[in-house]
Amino acid sequence: MPDGALYELERVCFSYGEARVLDGLSLSLDRGLFHAIVGPNGCGKTTLMDLMIGIRRPDSGAIRFCGRDLSHIPRRAFAREVALVPQDYGINFAFTVEEVVLMGRHPYMERFSGPSSRDVEIVERVMDTLDISRLRYKFVTQLSGGERQRVVFARALAQDTKVLLLDEATSNMDIYHTIHCLGLVKRAAAQEGKTAIATFHDLNTAALFCDTIVFMERGRVAAQGSLDEVFDRKTIKEVFGVECRVFEVPFADCSGKSPVKQVVFKT
Amino acid sequence: MTEKGTISRPMGPPWAWTSLLAVGLIATVILSMGMGYLKISPLEVIKIIWSAITGNRALLEGMDKAYSFVVLEVRLPRILTSALVGAGLAVAGVIYQGILLNPLADPYTLGISAGAAFGASLALLMNITVLGMASVPLFAFGGAVLTLAVVLFLSSEKGGVSSNNLILSGIIVAAILSAGISFLKYIADEHVSVIIFWLMGSFVARTWGHVGITFTMVLLGFMLCFVYARELNILCLGDRSAISLGVRAQRVRLLLLVTASLITAVCVSVSGIIGFVGLIVPHLMRFLTGADNRALLPASALAGAILLCASDTVTRALLPTEMPIGVLTAIIGGPVFCYIFKKRRGMGAGYA
Repeated sequence: MPDGALYELERVCFSYGEARVLDGLSLSLDRGLFHAIVGPNGCGKTTLMDLMIGIRRPDSGAIRFCGRDLSHIPRRAFAREVALVPQDYGINFAFTVEEVVLMGRHPYMERFSGPSSRDVEIVERVMDTLDISRLRYKFVTQLSGGERQRVVFARALAQDTKVLLLDEATSNMDIYHTIHCLGLVKRAAAQEGKTAIATFHDLNTAALFCDTIVFMERGRVAAQGSLDEVFDRKTIKEVFGVECRVFEVPFADCSGKSPVKQVVFKT
Repeated sequence: MTEKGTISRPMGPPWAWTSLLAVGLIATVILSMGMGYLKISPLEVIKIIWSAITGNRALLEGMDKAYSFVVLEVRLPRILTSALVGAGLAVAGVIYQGILLNPLADPYTLGISAGAAFGASLALLMNITVLGMASVPLFAFGGAVLTLAVVLFLSSEKGGVSSNNLILSGIIVAAILSAGISFLKYIADEHVSVIIFWLMGSFVARTWGHVGITFTMVLLGFMLCFVYARELNILCLGDRSAISLGVRAQRVRLLLLVTASLITAVCVSVSGIIGFVGLIVPHLMRFLTGADNRALLPASALAGAILLCASDTVTRALLPTEMPIGVLTAIIGGPVFCYIFKKRRGMGAGYA
């Protein structure tokens, strides 16, 4: 495996018209870890995700992926490296669940050719692990929000990439599926050397799964490090402006690490 | 956890529907050629066509000489034009609905029809004949293309065109053009009936020239759309997902949009404004083939051809006086659509 960070962002700026969303953000993310990104509404989390997947280009600054400038990596090749579970998972047309999951294999399929046996095998496996096999012939338009989010999750897993970007990917799932889906991602990071980069609103879900956490504030990184280094009352108070206490719970998380940190807020 | 689905594919295999529709289209065309003032049996129609293809004149023995002329020179061009326009409008409808992420879109959503109507009205009103018989269609085509350019210009921003911007720009431009058409009608005086009749659509007196132009554009357009059918599927997931799957969302969207618009522009130029085909046919076909555009595009093309060819035959041969085809499709299509829409609501919110 090559040396150096997986993602390196250097003084990245991005604006929507006059509104500057990312303001000289610098960030370095290593391979084989689960990185959580948290921050208040409008701090630029989703925009950061868009830039890292190449949907938008920075106005200034550099984004390097495995040491290469992101804008120089061909789209299809990049889609075999990095997958995204987007925040918006609405689909207006009555595709079946299976059809949507199979779309995740697009970067591997030649024009006019059907799915290969490997494509089919991966789609089956992903649908099994996410517990949506029995929904395969259902229309995505008929599913509940949480179910559809699992389908979109499965679509990204079917892309079979080394890196997974999750933008509020479990926001509509119940607690069982949240733990199940993120547990899958966590184990893939711990055991297979894959990398996950996920934005969260819920600090406790982030703390349950992440190896490192990035606190964002007004388009910049406010703090970055392991939970022990930065997940404390002071940082949370500074970034979110709420009083809280952080507790250690003597549970082992899904990778066997113990104890787990959780935060309780003062209202 | 609730068990919601049963494991069974909701639709039959897509190729079965496509083959069935293809047979249906051939039958419709042959039956239509026999119908009209002169009744000609399907067998005689087949003989006439076969002799025209093979040059074997022996097949025509014992048949009225006029039959061959009526079938090949009078009816066939009109029938083929109507079928091609139906196919073109249906394909354009599929593309527009997919690109605009809106099942309510149709080929006229972006104001293409209003642009064509304005161009045609202008030519009719000014009595412009510099370009001969083709003046009105050419003006209609020009109006449609200009409108598309304006809509694209209005809706483009940093990073390309978005669905919402396209729909909004289309509605605004169409509204302005409608006012323009009303004004042209107002100052047209005795010419107004010509304009109104053109706007309602007609296939009367279409020639092999019309067939050629429509065939070329619809076929090329269809092939291009079909090549990008899988990308169009993925665009339905939204831009973020599409781009993350390696699809050049902006480029594919623009390409398909321009293609569908050119198909529409040609269809409107040769036939006037025929509504409902581009809206209803993609919906009906989604019930049969599912949302996958690789199955939906060919099925819609065939069904659109059948629908418009049959409608035109009804107004040409069955009704006591010929009714404008645009009016007929709306009168029949509207209620049919309402019925299906109400019945099949179960397919999910936002489906129809």
